[in-house]
This record gives sequence, C-alpha cells and structure tokens, in this order.
Amino acid sequence: MPALSVHQLSKTYANGLQALNAVDLQVEAGDFFALLGPNGAGKSTLIGIVTSLVRKSGGRVEVFGHDLDREPEAVRANIGVVPQEFNFNLFLPAIEVVLNQAGYFGVPRKEARSRAEMLLRKLDLWDRRETEMRRLSGGMKRRLMIARALVHRPRLVILDEPTAGVDIEIRRTMWGFMREINAEGTTIILTTHYLEEAESLCRNIAIIDHGRIQSRTDIATLLSELDTETFVLNLKGRVCQLPSLGGFVLEHIDESTLEVQISREHTINGLFEALSRNGIEVLSLRNKQNRLEKLFLDRVEAGRGATP
Amino acid sequence: MNINAADKGPLIDANRWRRYQITFTTLFSKEVTRFSRIWIQTILPSAITTTLYFVIFGRLIGDRIGPMEGLAYIDFIVPGLVLMAVITNAYSNVVSSFYSSKFSRYIEELLVSPAPNWVILAGYVAGGVARGLLVGIVVLIVAAFFTSFSIHNIGVTFLILLLTAILFSLGGFINAIYANSFDDISIVPTFVLAPLTYLGGVFYSIELLPQPWQTLSLANPILYMINAFRYGLLGVSDIPLGFAFLIIAIFIAALGYYSLSLLRRGIGIKQ
Repeated sequence: MPALSVHQLSKTYANGLQALNAVDLQVEAGDFFALLGPNGAGKSTLIGIVTSLVRKSGGRVEVFGHDLDREPEAVRANIGVVPQEFNFNLFLPAIEVVLNQAGYFGVPRKEARSRAEMLLRKLDLWDRRETEMRRLSGGMKRRLMIARALVHRPRLVILDEPTAGVDIEIRRTMWGFMREINAEGTTIILTTHYLEEAESLCRNIAIIDHGRIQSRTDIATLLSELDTETFVLNLKGRVCQLPSLGGFVLEHIDESTLEVQISREHTINGLFEALSRNGIEVLSLRNKQNRLEKLFLDRVEAGRGATP
Repeated sequence: MNINAADKGPLIDANRWRRYQITFTTLFSKEVTRFSRIWIQTILPSAITTTLYFVIFGRLIGDRIGPMEGLAYIDFIVPGLVLMAVITNAYSNVVSSFYSSKFSRYIEELLVSPAPNWVILAGYVAGGVARGLLVGIVVLIVAAFFTSFSIHNIGVTFLILLLTAILFSLGGFINAIYANSFDDISIVPTFVLAPLTYLGGVFYSIELLPQPWQTLSLANPILYMINAFRYGLLGVSDIPLGFAFLIIAIFIAALGYYSLSLLRRGIGIKQ
C-alpha cells in the first residue's frame, strides 16, 4: 500500500493562481522521497493539501489508503509535518510545544511526556526543554519542530525544508536522525533546496514545476542519465600548456587548477593515467556542480521549454 | 530505543472518544494556563473596574438615585456589573487567543492534527467560559464588600453565568476567525458589545425608558441575560425567565452552528 497517493490534484487560489495542475504522485511506504522544485513550483501547496492546511480545488489524496475527503482524521493521524516556517507559540517552553502537539493527537499525557523526553534527548534539546521558544536558536527551533512532528508516531513524515538556515554540523545531525527514523519504517517526504541533501538521503525523487510533476524516478536512474560530469582538479605544480588528452576536455581555471569534462564512456582512472603520462600530478579533485543539481536544472529547463 | 512506532501505527479510531477527551483537555488546560500566567492583564482589571463602579455609581451617585425596582441602587447594579465582566472576559479570551494562534500560525498545530472541528471549538469556548466564570466570581466577591445581596436562586444564577460565557466565547471565536489584524479584534467589543451591554439594563430598569426605546431594548439579547441573572441573584426581572433562557439558547445554537460552519469551510484559517 502506498504511503501517499495523489490523483489529479489541482489547486487554484482565490487570486486565480493555478498552483497545482492535475498532479499524480505516488510514494511507497518506507520510502525516503525527495520532492524538488524551484520556488513557486507548487511543493508547499501540495504539502499543504496533504496536511489539511490548504483546501484542494480538485482531485484525490490518500494516505495509507485513507481518503482525505472521507477519513480526514485517519489521514491526519498518520502524518507528521515539519513546515518550512516556524509555527509555534513563541512564549511557550519547548517541552510544552511538544506535549501540546501530542495532546492534539490524543496521546495521553504520561505517554506524551516519555516520548517528548526521548525525542528531545535524541535531538539534543532536553537541557533546553524549559526554555521559551523565542529564546532558542534557529537550529534548535528546527530540531524542536522535528520532535513535535514525531511525538504522535506518524507513519508518514513530511519535511519541508527542514535544514534551511541550519549550520552544517546540525544539518548532518539531522540527516542522521532522518535516516534513523526512515530505517525504522517511517516514510519520509523531503523538500529541500540543498540538492546534495536529497542525493545523499533519498531513494526516489519527483521534480515539480509550474504545478506539474516534470519527472518521477529513482535517484540512481536519474544520476545514470548524466552524459558528462565536470570535475575541478587542484594540481601539485603549474601547467602552462594544456596537453591533449583523448576523450577528456580540459580547460584552465588558472595555472594550478584545471576543469575537466568526463563523458559516460570514460573513467576517472583513465583520466589519471593520461594525466600521469603527461607529468601532471593531482592534489585533489571535486565535482564542479552537484550531480543532482545539474539534472534538476536540466529537467526544470526542459519542462519550461515544453510548457506553452 | 525506538524513535517511532510505525509498526504500531498512530492512535486512531480504536479509542476515538478517549482521543477527543485528551485533545479537549489539552486545549482547555492550555487556555487556562495562558490566562492564568497573565492574570494581571486578564483577571485583575475587572476587579479594579468593578470596584470603581461600586464606589462611584453605587456609593457616591447611587445614594442620590434612590431605590430601583424596590432595591437599593447599589444592589440593583450588581448583576449587570458581574455579567458585564463575564461577557467581556469570555469574549476577549477567545478572540485574543484564537487570533494570536492564527497570527503566529501555531493554529496549524491543531489543523494538522486529527482533532475534529467541534472539539477545537469546544476547547476554545471552554477556555473562554473558564475565564468568564472566574472573573464573574471575583466580581461577585468584590460586590460582597460593597453590598448586602444574597443569592435568590443559585441554579438560575449559575446557569445564566455559564450560558452567557458560552455565548460570548462563541462570539469571540467568530470575531477571531474573520479578524485579519489585531485592530479587528477590538472593533466588535468597542462598537458592539460595550453599547449593547450598557444599553442592556446594567444601570437601569427598562421600565424607566420611554417608548419606542423600551420596545427597541427588547431586541438587545444582553438585556435578557442581565435580567435573568438579576432574577437569579435578586429575584427581580423585567423579562419572563423562560423567555430569557429561550433567547440565550437560540443565540448559542446559531453562533455554535455558524462557528462550526466557518471551521468546516476553513474560512480565515485555510487557503
């Protein structure tokens, strides 16, 4: 049974903006799914409808087989959501925010306390449990929203830009936590602008733009569609004259940094052999652009070209 | 330790009424905690205002006015002042709390939960009723220092207090749903509630009014509440008691239905 099933979902706002146009999407139970799209593509509207914050104009939404129109309580009971923007009472202590959310979902107070403690400890917030929300840092608020979303033990967690504005250390802690809950069986839908985050965490992906799903595939298949990859090489010495390496396109960034394009038919081993033959030693190598980022931009561009 | 229990699934349907009860209790205790934390802003002002009313209208001016409906003037105004405090506090508790949750978007915590609309409404209304009743009791205690009233019918007294608090909590809820700014939550109390309360017979008997004002006053729902409450406290009323209860019940049913309809359609809270 899919965790989320969306059929012909449409949304037109009161101002006439058509945010979703007959969207079909299915997310399997247990998946770690990326929903990507540029700003204004329709991601937040889609999430808003699934989480009952936005009214749909048409179509159908099912969560673990429960229809949003016929069984809204069952749908909502199965979902935990971490919204893009902070949405809590800034004057409440952190633990109260989590306990209240548990109460809204019908979790008995005693049980809620034990779950809140476990989650706040996991997310390094236990020592700040009595601190008012307004006095927490941005990263702490983000983590608190994750604890709040999980306290009723949802089977589907929707994370809308959960790491926006969070430093890399906390982001990595959050990634570890998300992997952990996914490994325990929770389906996760992630929207993010950090494409390396999606590439690192997710197994399947949908790209949405102009209110339509432009692409829906698994990350491995998507990445295999890359024709070329561009790497930046930091050299040990200086290279004034670029050698000609069959199959590899070299360009100077400066005398000790090169950019090289490798097509799918060639390997990095082959590149290093060719460089060694020409007496060029490489100190380090990195992707010029995140692989998923390139594919994402290509898909969005292609979609826009096809959109009348 | 397991972070989630996806295998077990969330709490749904197996114990639906228990879940509703927990949600209601959470909302209610959140509301009570909120107004208790800021008691200087929520409870104390009514006590001070009422004390001033008793000193000025009861003692200083009241002695010159003379008896009203066979009662000392200071005794006559007790029910109106108590009910005025209940109306104001029940209304403002719900309107400010619900609008704040809209403004800061933490209403979303409730909207994403499986709480049905009627439980959400009941939770907020119960919060308003709790504050209204608490303030009403405080004002009654203040009144006891200035007057020598004794409660004529405790059942009617309590029932009117309760129903009035419910009615104006519902009014506050509807106001909050439509409000788009903090200015919008003060318009109704200032331009509708206050005039209706003052013209509802807090300080006078409508028998003193000439026609057509006496008949027009009968269109003011607050008149029925004040008179029914006056009957409960003092045993005198301008209005038949049963009719007063009927009017209040009709208003509660209408506002309750309308509030639920607004929630169902997501007016003011969903895009």
